Amino acid sequence: MRNIGHDQQKQRNFWQRIHIDLPLLLGILVLMTVGLFVVYSAGGQEMAIVYRQITRLGIALLVMFTVAQIPPLVYQKWAVPVFVFGLLLLIAVLLFGHVGKGAQRWLDLGFMKFQPSEVMKLIVPIMIAGYVSQQNLPAKLSTIIIALVLVLLPTILIFKQPDFGTSILIASSGIFVIFLAGLSWKLIGVCIGLGLGFAPILWFYLLGAYQKQRVTTFLNPEQDPLGSGYQIIQSKIAIGSGGFEGKGWLQGTQSQLEFLPERHTDFIFAVFSEEFGFMGVVALLSVYLIIVMRGLWIAVQAEHAFTKLLAGSITLTFFVYVFVNIGMVSGLLPVVGVPLPLVSYGGTSVVTLLAGFGMLMAISTHKRFIA
Amino acid sequence: MASNKRVAIRNHSAEANLFARRTFIAFVGIMVMLIILLSNIYDLEINSYDKYQTRSNSNRIKILPVAPNRGLIYDRNGVLLAENKPVYSLEVIAEQATDLKKHIVEVSELLEISEEKQQKLFKALKRNRRFKPIELHSRLSAQQVALFSVNQHRFPGFFIDARLKRYYPFGDLTTHSLGYVARINSKDSIRLAEQNLSEDYAATRNIGKLGLEKYYEDLLHGTIGHQEVEINSQGRVIRTLDYTPPISGQDLTISIDIELQMIAKRALAGKRGAVVAMDPRSGEILAMYSNPSYDGNLFVHGISSKNYKKLLDPKNNRPLLNRSVQGYPPASTVKPLLGLAGLEAGIITQKSRYYDPGWFQLKGLERKYRDWYPQGHGWVDLNEAIEHSCNVFFYTLAVRLDIDNITNMMERFGFGDLTGVDIWEDKRAILPGREAKRSRYNEPWYTGDTVNVGIGQGLWTVTPLQLAQAIAILANKGQKKIPHFLRSTARAVDIKPLNEQGSTQDNVSVANESNNVVTKMLTEAIEFEDKPPIVLKNHKNWNLVLDAMHNTAQKKYPAFKGARYDAAGKSGTAQLISKKQDEEYDATAIKEKQRNNAMFVAFAPYENPEIVVAVVVENVLEGGGGFNAAPVARQVMDQYFGDREIISTDKSKHPQHKNIYGSNKKTQKVGPN
Repeated sequence: MRNIGHDQQKQRNFWQRIHIDLPLLLGILVLMTVGLFVVYSAGGQEMAIVYRQITRLGIALLVMFTVAQIPPLVYQKWAVPVFVFGLLLLIAVLLFGHVGKGAQRWLDLGFMKFQPSEVMKLIVPIMIAGYVSQQNLPAKLSTIIIALVLVLLPTILIFKQPDFGTSILIASSGIFVIFLAGLSWKLIGVCIGLGLGFAPILWFYLLGAYQKQRVTTFLNPEQDPLGSGYQIIQSKIAIGSGGFEGKGWLQGTQSQLEFLPERHTDFIFAVFSEEFGFMGVVALLSVYLIIVMRGLWIAVQAEHAFTKLLAGSITLTFFVYVFVNIGMVSGLLPVVGVPLPLVSYGGTSVVTLLAGFGMLMAISTHKRFIA
Repeated sequence: MASNKRVAIRNHSAEANLFARRTFIAFVGIMVMLIILLSNIYDLEINSYDKYQTRSNSNRIKILPVAPNRGLIYDRNGVLLAENKPVYSLEVIAEQATDLKKHIVEVSELLEISEEKQQKLFKALKRNRRFKPIELHSRLSAQQVALFSVNQHRFPGFFIDARLKRYYPFGDLTTHSLGYVARINSKDSIRLAEQNLSEDYAATRNIGKLGLEKYYEDLLHGTIGHQEVEINSQGRVIRTLDYTPPISGQDLTISIDIELQMIAKRALAGKRGAVVAMDPRSGEILAMYSNPSYDGNLFVHGISSKNYKKLLDPKNNRPLLNRSVQGYPPASTVKPLLGLAGLEAGIITQKSRYYDPGWFQLKGLERKYRDWYPQGHGWVDLNEAIEHSCNVFFYTLAVRLDIDNITNMMERFGFGDLTGVDIWEDKRAILPGREAKRSRYNEPWYTGDTVNVGIGQGLWTVTPLQLAQAIAILANKGQKKIPHFLRSTARAVDIKPLNEQGSTQDNVSVANESNNVVTKMLTEAIEFEDKPPIVLKNHKNWNLVLDAMHNTAQKKYPAFKGARYDAAGKSGTAQLISKKQDEEYDATAIKEKQRNNAMFVAFAPYENPEIVVAVVVENVLEGGGGFNAAPVARQVMDQYFGDREIISTDKSKHPQHKNIYGSNKKTQKVGPN
């Protein structure tokens, strides 16, 4: 340890002093650049859309840089009050929220609209990691049960909005912490069993009509090819017709002729695959894999149980984004509203995502080296 | 683990090992999931490439939204008040044009399109997508359409688009009740999105902005249709494969009688004011006209800023204002209602008399409240007080009644509340009372305020619509009907899909059996629920007051001389500036906007009322309500009754009253307050 610490101290270069993790930053910038090119193609080749996206990414990068300056243990201190405040905000959304696109997700603060579920994506892993790491690992059964309840509260509130996509992301961010904290395999088995038992209840009592329709459409899109199945069929045609090399940038007929709905937002992966083919997909997934590996490396190298768990959860949740989005666009999963991280146009989610990366960078660069 | 010792030293290396193991497992999971994703995409892009490539090449089906036809609006006799007319516009798709700039200049020369519009188009071209059509000129004349059609081959990418646009054939006559439609703006879009209607409006350009067009937007709009078209690889539409026709909006029949409306307009010509005519039996509004008015068609095509400025210019008497729902002091028109309040509270009876020396004074106060008739009316009972519009009688009555009794009764007659009419422009105006003064001036109520309320002035305003409603309640002896326009809706049912494609302009009201299209119009009468009625302690009190109004109309108003129906009515003259003690009112000496308002309310026939009319004429130069507003009501009623003759034969129902004036006073031209 001492030697490693010494070596690292020597390497405390410019990037570490400004708390930026270079490999992560490079990966993020590559994805953003790819994203801008695809957004230009999918958005009707309008520079205006690209400029707007650049502005948004700029703001998100600024947030990341700012968050990276905060020592990670500060989060742990503030975890409980912020978590409680977040829960209150979610309840406020359900009671007074602004209804947009049929769901209540926004709080109207007068000067801006604010989506508390976005912030919860970061607060939940901080809270759970903070709670679980207070005691020795592996966590005890009672700790695990309380942690699960803490995860379920915001998940249910967000599910009620209804926002299925975000509630999945929040649930996974919490569950990853518990898993990394050493949840026993026996319990994992029990949970999977309970989950399977819970599925019918979910289907019959909790899912809204529009959510059910998404699932039936997913199981058999061809039954209503011009209605609800249209999107997923067009998306699969876009991906499939890309072939090995792709049709070339700006040459994708599915997107350029506007067959594909939501092509520059949630379904941007279909446009990418159509224009850059299987080769492009392998390259894109490799970049995602590099980012994930770097994130896990930071987690393993982290000093404290808290930072380890937090870094692990952020990284794994990032992967869930990628998996759910590509899964749904290519027809493996039902359509839930999850964007392709760092590539899709718009969304407040990019700010949250980069704030998460900011935390990862803080964890990797704010180290008190044991001398 | 040392679970009983909270401060046990943590085994950091054991924890780190556990964490590293778990991270490794997670990493393995990630790899497995990545492989699943990749193999699925491999299957799509490599194994099934041929299949999807074929589908992509033959993917020519595109779904275009088709706007529904907006429902039509008819008057009560089936006269069309709002229709949809085809409008032709010249459009261009930049991508398809061979020499865009040159052609725009050439086509503009050909059709005499202004320089300004060309510049606008060049600007629009920079903003828009190259494959979307942009409008070069809207509303082409028939000649321009013909001229372009002959020369179309010279201008690739240019074409004429036909669209249905709302048209109001009666122009300014109907605007204040029908309202108008205009271009959907960003505010509308947000509201539509919030109501989950964005998809339904995907092809719709205009939306109801005012009046009935706004209130019944959901009935009028209809349901969007879809056209499935085949396009080639350049995106050009080749043919229509399938067509789900849009469902037209429902046609509305409203209670307005357009002929009555015309008479109302004619009667108000040259004046500022409003007329509301209502059927007290149903609450149906027969006419609602506010003068001056404006042409709603101007807004349908997007009003030019020049025209809009004109409408806003105060010199043009503010035509945008719907005066039938603006608050005015009711003046003496509400005296019958105050009399009723007095009877109901037991303050007066039919026989009670007050002495009118020409003025009224509150105990211990200097100020004299004048009667309009300086010499005074002497001893008067309620009937005489209403007939001669005696102010002192009602000053006295109001003070004895006390403001809370008045507030309470006037609230029951619908003042200070929305009428529930089916246009959003409905207003509350001001219900007199402590609450109104508190909320407006944060001051307590004084007895002096009550005195003014006694003659329908002071802190009291009513809309002509509220006034018509109140008189209808009176004429109905307490039955309350909600004033409204909508009589029935009609919608097309049993439409079979058209075999031929695309004609969005089909009017479905015609059954076309050769095409196997069977269409019926299903008419549904609309019922408005009644409001809870006013029940008096003594039902006879209704008759006392109604009789007095009948008596008044028969004796006082030259305007109603020779009518072939029995009318009952009451005039009012509202002072807009307060006179100093003993100061004479001279209309020519004060600013026009401060001159008196003339008011009149009437209903007929006396025995089974069919029509209630409320009239307001702003800032009259000479005379009051009887002189300026009663003739307007007379003309409306004459039109309504036409050739019918309804004279009550039973004279015993309204006994003659002795006249306290000489006969010369009875025929004086200037009516009482």
